[in-house]
Amino acid sequence: MEPMEIAELIKGKFPSEVKDVVEFRGQVSVLIKKDRLLEIMKYLHKTPELYFDYLADLTGADYMGKKEVRFEVVYNLLSIKYNKAIRIKAEVPEDDCTIDSVIGIWIGADWHERECYDMFGITFKGHPDLRRILMPEDWEGYPLRKDYPLKSDLGEKEWKPYLEVIEIGKKNLAYEVR
Amino acid sequence: MIIDGTTSLVEVEKGVRVIPGGNTIIAAVDKLVNWGRLSSIWPMTFGLACCAIEMMATGASHYDLDRFGVVFRGSPRQSDAIIVAGTLTKKMAPVIRAVYDQMPEPRYVIAMGSCACTGGIYNTYSTVQGVDTVMPVDVYIPGCPPRPEALLEGIMKLQEKMRKETFKWSRWR
Repeated sequence: MEPMEIAELIKGKFPSEVKDVVEFRGQVSVLIKKDRLLEIMKYLHKTPELYFDYLADLTGADYMGKKEVRFEVVYNLLSIKYNKAIRIKAEVPEDDCTIDSVIGIWIGADWHERECYDMFGITFKGHPDLRRILMPEDWEGYPLRKDYPLKSDLGEKEWKPYLEVIEIGKKNLAYEVR
Repeated sequence: MIIDGTTSLVEVEKGVRVIPGGNTIIAAVDKLVNWGRLSSIWPMTFGLACCAIEMMATGASHYDLDRFGVVFRGSPRQSDAIIVAGTLTKKMAPVIRAVYDQMPEPRYVIAMGSCACTGGIYNTYSTVQGVDTVMPVDVYIPGCPPRPEALLEGIMKLQEKMRKETFKWSRWR
């Protein structure tokens, strides 16, 4: 089955959920609403002729000022049995920054969802252990959002333990120069 | 040259004299201490990124840091210097400071690579802009990553610095 046919299959099964289907260089992306995400994912995972048993990647995207709905969570699915891949994008609006966790379908989504939460601040409902994975636990803000400062000087948002270390470093430098 | 074995001292190096026949060397304490110190720099490895690969290559048989008396230690308590090799993140900054504080004095810091010197290409939310914001640095080695020859040069520069030190012994602080 070609990727485009898979997309049509999803569209036929969930006509109200699929917003857009895009093909680019043989890769098919299906843009969906987030409300019935788990149903769609279970359908893709369980249906024998699709059998998307492998979640290759899960990540987020921020389209601030470019699209109506700000965030998207991107699922790259792969069927190892049929060697077919498809990309599912779920829209997540800024004012309701939550989406269902797919950890019940693919256990490997665990750390991917934690990273997505860490970087974009998207909450995954049903995730058993949703903590930051890369940044320190008490870090403020979500670094990969488009409105996050780009350069290293975060000003007042700066991580407190780092500021303390810098203060010690300054004192230490004065002492060494003496 | 005929040496009067009982009275005259032989100057083997500037400021270092030996009594021929007797097991005695006369020199300034500075000279002896510095010589001992610079001949056995035991650095703490702190490989953070790709620079660590070059550091490992320098320590391995082809470039052979052992011939300088440089033996890598895994513990800060047994180290004289620390080679910060790679990108220092803000999350890592308190850790590296804790490691530095555990090192016995006198202690030296080598910042290896662009990232450790200035932050390099990473002017981002997570990167420390040079390890000298966290602790005092003795030798900066530029390069991305520096070749093993550059690290050797840096270590020799540190040895030069150690050789010129005065009164860094006993209660020097």
